[in-house]
Amino acid sequence: MPEVKIIRKWVEDPQQAKIDVAMSRGYYADARRAVLEMQPDPIIEMIRSAGLRGRGGAGAPCGMKWGFMPKAPTAERPSYLICNADESEPGTYNNHELMQFDPHQLIEGMIISAYALRVRTMFIYIRGEMVLTAKVLADALAEAYAKGFLGENIFGSDFSTDLILHRGAGAYICGEETALMDSLEGRRGHPRSKPPFPAVQGLYGMPTTINNVETLCNVKHIVAHGVEWYRAMGTEKSTGTKIFSVSGHVNKPGNYEVVMGTPLMELIEIAGGVRTGHQLKAVIPGGSSMPMIPKDVCEQATLDFEGLQKCGTAVGSGGFMVFDDTTDIVQVCEVIARFYKNESCGKCVPCRIGTDFLHKIIQRITRGQGRREDIALLKGTCINLAGEKMMDSRSFCALGDAAAWPIIWGGLKHFQNEFDYWIENRQSPVGLPAGQSATL
Amino acid sequence: MLSDKARDAIREQMARYPVSRSALGSALYIAQEECGGWIPPEAVKDVAEVMGMEAADVQSMMSFYVMYHKAPIGKYLVEVCQNVSCALLGAHQVVDALEKKCGIHIGETSTDGLFTLKAVECSARCDLAPAVQVNGIFIEKMKISPDEALQLIDELKSKHERGVVEENLYNAVFTPEKAHPSAQKAAHAASGAASGAAGTG
Repeated sequence: MPEVKIIRKWVEDPQQAKIDVAMSRGYYADARRAVLEMQPDPIIEMIRSAGLRGRGGAGAPCGMKWGFMPKAPTAERPSYLICNADESEPGTYNNHELMQFDPHQLIEGMIISAYALRVRTMFIYIRGEMVLTAKVLADALAEAYAKGFLGENIFGSDFSTDLILHRGAGAYICGEETALMDSLEGRRGHPRSKPPFPAVQGLYGMPTTINNVETLCNVKHIVAHGVEWYRAMGTEKSTGTKIFSVSGHVNKPGNYEVVMGTPLMELIEIAGGVRTGHQLKAVIPGGSSMPMIPKDVCEQATLDFEGLQKCGTAVGSGGFMVFDDTTDIVQVCEVIARFYKNESCGKCVPCRIGTDFLHKIIQRITRGQGRREDIALLKGTCINLAGEKMMDSRSFCALGDAAAWPIIWGGLKHFQNEFDYWIENRQSPVGLPAGQSATL
Repeated sequence: MLSDKARDAIREQMARYPVSRSALGSALYIAQEECGGWIPPEAVKDVAEVMGMEAADVQSMMSFYVMYHKAPIGKYLVEVCQNVSCALLGAHQVVDALEKKCGIHIGETSTDGLFTLKAVECSARCDLAPAVQVNGIFIEKMKISPDEALQLIDELKSKHERGVVEENLYNAVFTPEKAHPSAQKAAHAASGAASGAAGTG
């Protein structure tokens, strides 16, 4: 199956961020039609029937999530919609592209979503580090406001909705939806307990829906082309397309959109194949929180929620990192462990302490000081963080799982021989001397 | 220590949100911009005063996020991503070269005040790996080499010496809803009222 361009159709045109160019390509016609001619509930029903699942990581059914929102919010108890644009999952960079090069696609998707959810105030929580993207998005929002597509009585209807652009300030945890809400409220980004779910008690204690950038972009196309058109793409339970951000040892790193269910190896081909002169070793398909899979599993895998789950990993955020035969898997695990140690918010003990343990143990191994018992220690630490099987979390939020999964269900599951080699020989199995690691 | 202009900008941010405390993130950016790239303790107190909060509460917010700087930084903040794809494709070598060139370690600022070097976690541009940012703007070049990183430092030095002034968006706070026709009407009404008041005075 080749690359497709639906959500990414216009991202390579540098003029697309201008509203007049976007409108000449039919943009805002679907939002106008939705607001003027459709009722909110049929739109929610469309999203449900289309089978749209969240593109940010968890893959939750979007229509079901929307269905939990109140049908008649009041001024005292308003509903909110937040676009989660805090793209921070290592290996993922497609939200930035969608916002910087086709911002009106997101804005239009959000207007339709706000109308369906009866939302008077929306937010885009954009990752602080996306400095230029925030500027482009702000300019696009100003254009949409000036045209009357946002604000009071949009498209001349009696529906009003505002969209507030909010910059984060650098914290991975704020991509977790409840931590994001705390951050947006002007606090440290600490996750909240669920339940209550955001649709019941979210931002400022009010009903709130949080959707990823790519998910909201999909909304525009479902409303534009209909449920049948959408369901014709992908598999029964994973409909539509997914953008994968391909990086690492490939010839042409970049964002590529494929129909759900595309064989994993085809995506590597689309990205120019594994670095010339080298062989594939492993892939992390969905951002560093998801376990890596070795070559023989990659050859069986398809890129859809069920397909990757069967292989013991997940679509996640679509951060697709390719490792060739020069890759020291233990060092990759060290980088991943360091990341979660740095980004643990400190709220709960298993995560705050456990992520530090994981990093220290792996670092000891790559410094040539590993001990035989370190393998069992690593496994035990992972279990204390994330349970004995996947989805058996023991931390307050998913960050603890995200720290443990790539180690216990990725590195150790498929490449324990490399950990053993490091411990036995005090050097890298791929020939890198101790101290000259890829890690800082 | 914060100017009236900065205080007004913070108040404008407070008015944007259903609950004014949401403007704290923007307020800290405004303070950081005014204080030359970092947030001194006096500015924390001022933000607290404008927003009607305890200084400790403002501090708790500020200390959590890496983009609020707790110490002075250089004119050019050079950040190198050190996450998986960047590490595999040479981030370590780029950092080594930059450290030698600037005569400082990661996390430090050069004695001439020009450069601060930082190693950061995934900056979400793995296509560029290793990804490098200067004051938040990515160097749009794939696989930057240690030599190219050194050239970058030379170019920035030269820009500084020639007095080139560039827009720095690092602390920018955007208020696009002001473009709405009704907001413009309100602004006209406000300026009309102001000139009327001046007339009677």
